[in-house]
Amino acid sequence: MGPELNHEEILRYSRHLLIPEVGLEGQRKLKNSSALIVGTGGLGSPVSLYLAAAGVGRIGLVDYDVVDSSNLQRQIIHGTSTIGKLKVESAKAKLLDLNPDIQVEVYNEPYTSDNALRIAKDYDIILDGTDNFPTRYLTNDVAVFLGKPNVYASIFRFDGQVSVFHAKEGPCYRCLFPEPPPPGLVPSCAEGGVLGILPGTIGTLQATEALKVLLGIGDPLIGRLLLYNALDMSFDFVQLKKNPKCRVCGPNADIKELIDYEEFCGVPGHDHGDEGSAGAGWDITALELAERVKINHLKLLDVREPHELEISALPDAVNIPLGQLASRLSELDTADDMVVFCKGGTRSARALELLTSAGFKKIKNLKGGINAWAKEVDPKLPVY
Amino acid sequence: MSVLRIPTPLRAYTSGQAEINVSGTNIAEVLSDLTTQYPAITPHLFNESGGLRPFVNLFVGEHNIKDLQGVDTPIQGGEKIILIPSIAGG
Repeated sequence: MGPELNHEEILRYSRHLLIPEVGLEGQRKLKNSSALIVGTGGLGSPVSLYLAAAGVGRIGLVDYDVVDSSNLQRQIIHGTSTIGKLKVESAKAKLLDLNPDIQVEVYNEPYTSDNALRIAKDYDIILDGTDNFPTRYLTNDVAVFLGKPNVYASIFRFDGQVSVFHAKEGPCYRCLFPEPPPPGLVPSCAEGGVLGILPGTIGTLQATEALKVLLGIGDPLIGRLLLYNALDMSFDFVQLKKNPKCRVCGPNADIKELIDYEEFCGVPGHDHGDEGSAGAGWDITALELAERVKINHLKLLDVREPHELEISALPDAVNIPLGQLASRLSELDTADDMVVFCKGGTRSARALELLTSAGFKKIKNLKGGINAWAKEVDPKLPVY
Repeated sequence: MSVLRIPTPLRAYTSGQAEINVSGTNIAEVLSDLTTQYPAITPHLFNESGGLRPFVNLFVGEHNIKDLQGVDTPIQGGEKIILIPSIAGG
């Protein structure tokens, strides 16, 4: 059942002790339990705060990033005073301020195939609060191999998903998503944005599920997926079944150990602010572009969404959002010398692929996007 | 006529529409109606050879069409069909 509670703890958790489903026994169970939270960002913020407040005895935090001011619109565990500090250290200080009775273990390293099993093996449950597909598949496979529940949540713009993937009792993440989407098809939050409150709503649900699993109460979301949309204010539930062909938890599973997840997904295992490159020979830096436009005429193609032009824009640039580019190629001339740009270089790199396959040859990708231009050439423009 | 719910990431290809009225007697026909109304969504659902992409999950009511009869799953009309995206933000 777990260690005894002292008088201070009894007072601290008194509102839990009053609930028969938790009570003294449940609270002692929480004190004796452990949770690994992968990612200390939008989801990791409310999740870790609530699990710490609830008295989960040992909390592990994995993240290798530092706090940036663009995080603070949603990552409420961090603050203006911790900008530039390691996220795990910023979070640890906040959690121990909230509840000094718990242990917080930090892993300031990327969660990879090399360390994930070692890190996760000593925790009762794993919470997936990562921001990219490779780490989501890794988190799932680690949970399957270790036989631990993977409390899953994911967000984008106004959409959220929550489930409990526990291969011993139900489907795993791969049963629902056997393969990741092709690189570039699904934008990341750094590219597409996210409502700041969304990880609060979804992370709180994720923390609720984690607590239920640790306490062994209620009806956790095993075999069910919650779909939330903040714009419609809709909650939908769908049923998930174990996929008999699942490659990690099915009867004929052929993936028996961790793989190279970046290779599997075709994208890097992080979501670092939309900083893309089109590869050697296709990129032009902001400084090079500033020199080139002095000498000869270049056509500038901005593939961002129209509302982003209100934040920053380059004069004389033609705006065709990436999603419309394929159907609007006739507006462009293959004879033009052209530089394609977006916010950070990821979408424009995709636009470059599309344009080269359509026969455009005299094109370059502005490395680092209009944000690089703002930093290196024109500081009057904001970085976003 | 059934209602097909479109997730945020794909609304860019449905003129921002969250719910689309679609007709058809099975999922294949319903999707054909969808891509006729909004051709730009086609590459996000189907691969080059016309098959449904493996990461596309369609649910009729609460049930995944993969657990029913796939794209041959019959549609009576009036069902709520949900397209579930792969999203990875955190």
